[in-house]
Amino acid sequence: MSDARRISSRRRPSLAPWLFISPWILGFFFFTLGPMVFSLIMSLHDWPVVGERKFVGLQNYQTMLTQDPMFWKSLGVTVKFAAIFVPLNIALSFLLAVLLNVKVRGTALFRTAFYLPCVISGVALVMIWKWIYSKDYGLLNYALSLLGTEGPNWLGDPNWSILAIIIASLWGLGGTMLILLAGLQSIPKELYEAARVSGVPAWAQTLFITIPMLSPMLLFTFITSLISAFQQLTIALLLTEGGPLKSTYFFAMYIYDNAFKFHDMGYAAAMSWVMFLIILTLSLAVLKYSAAWVHYEGEVKGGGNG
Amino acid sequence: MVRTLTYGALIFFSALFIAPFLWTLLTAVKSEAELVAWPPVFWPEEWRWSNFPESWAKQPFGTYLWNSTTVVVLSTIGQVFSSSLVAFGFARFRFPCRDPLFVLLLATMMIPWDVKMIPLYMEFNLLGWINTLKPLIIPAWFGEAFFIFLLRQYIMTVPMEIDEAARMDGANAWQLYWRIHLPLMVPGLVLVGTFHFMNAWNDYLGPLIFLNDQSKYTLPLGLGLFQGRYDIDNIAIAAITVILCLPPLVLFFFVQRYIMDNALGSSVKG
Repeated sequence: MSDARRISSRRRPSLAPWLFISPWILGFFFFTLGPMVFSLIMSLHDWPVVGERKFVGLQNYQTMLTQDPMFWKSLGVTVKFAAIFVPLNIALSFLLAVLLNVKVRGTALFRTAFYLPCVISGVALVMIWKWIYSKDYGLLNYALSLLGTEGPNWLGDPNWSILAIIIASLWGLGGTMLILLAGLQSIPKELYEAARVSGVPAWAQTLFITIPMLSPMLLFTFITSLISAFQQLTIALLLTEGGPLKSTYFFAMYIYDNAFKFHDMGYAAAMSWVMFLIILTLSLAVLKYSAAWVHYEGEVKGGGNG
Repeated sequence: MVRTLTYGALIFFSALFIAPFLWTLLTAVKSEAELVAWPPVFWPEEWRWSNFPESWAKQPFGTYLWNSTTVVVLSTIGQVFSSSLVAFGFARFRFPCRDPLFVLLLATMMIPWDVKMIPLYMEFNLLGWINTLKPLIIPAWFGEAFFIFLLRQYIMTVPMEIDEAARMDGANAWQLYWRIHLPLMVPGLVLVGTFHFMNAWNDYLGPLIFLNDQSKYTLPLGLGLFQGRYDIDNIAIAAITVILCLPPLVLFFFVQRYIMDNALGSSVKG
């Protein structure tokens, strides 16, 4: 930054930087800020796709909170999904990253295997899993039958459908794993050597060196997983279509249906703002309460040994 | 001991991660009878490669492929170009509000797609873009926060002396970007291009919302269409899924060095 100052101090203020960043500025107005403001305005209206729109104030929000059981039901599904998916996603990514961080031959190959599902995502992922979950000739229930148990009707039983979506989503954890692996590899080896010399057991090294040193990465992946969990739509839309018995009817799917099936754009816009506020509040809360346990390199805390 | 356990766990988990791919590939070349057999047939008696052309003919997949290719190529070019321009602007200049603007840029990554989806639909409707490929291409020409952030990191690693030397030789800002920095950030551009390619190629929700006519469909929408039918054609689904997976997988194998290097930094090279 001091270098940049050195250069600019010799120059008069110029238009050049603004020209370079202009694509993003324009895009921000046309594809982010504009739509957001528009959406906020829509949320205060009764706004059908065709026909007369009417200003209704906060009525959409009021209806949602007090008269719409489906709002609470779909929010519950999303919260349940997030509450199970986010911790599992991070725990499993962490486990795989730790395994890959052991110095054995062929880790590059294993790393590729874990990352591979990430590159396809979307419809293809759903089609692959639909096949595995099939009640009659699915691979998963065949594997379970070999173990001597009868597998459930994964996509047809409301008690199992959400778990089916969680497992299919976990298949794409490669990106999270890669971030944690990068974090692990940047922990100075000297820390572990010092611990080993002092006779600190392996589990204590994990607990007192690895996890604190990795905490910024864990926090980052926690927030990104949380955001993506709340937006979960494609997999449920194609794998279960929200069923059976609305057991996988996610919040995002209810928004989608309100907008594009029931053509109630105002109500859908209001719901999308509620989702945004929830995500924002959760992220900020996590950031605030994480300050106590997230360790940043070079940071000195009150105690002096942070 | 630790080594054996590690290997055991690594092999176990990679089998879990790879199995779904193999299963789909094997399904795609089975016969109808083998498909519904119980216990499942793992190795088809005869590999029916003809399943691929037959499935391809069940819908206008040629048209879908053309649409997908148009979207992916045009939007990837736009994304790489615009994101690198903006990244250069943020990395190499000092101007009023630069840092708050950059924070704002990072903050936009937290906005859920659902919030923008509805007003964007209205906006594109107003512009007459609905049922055209424009909503899937044009926004990519205005850069994306994550990619801008990534490319800015690349530019920041280039010593300032290089810029100063070029300025001494009379290069203006554009020449500095085009002649010096663009060639230097090729690995970053490959990475952005790849990530964008994968997003655009796999995208389902965007096309679902913005396209109506089957003649405008992209490949993922066509594959999704199999789903809604009464007679679910499982062989066709598996075959088209394999075809849909191929381009990103092939691309990944070519660029995986860049992806891993970027994520893992220089520590893996040593």
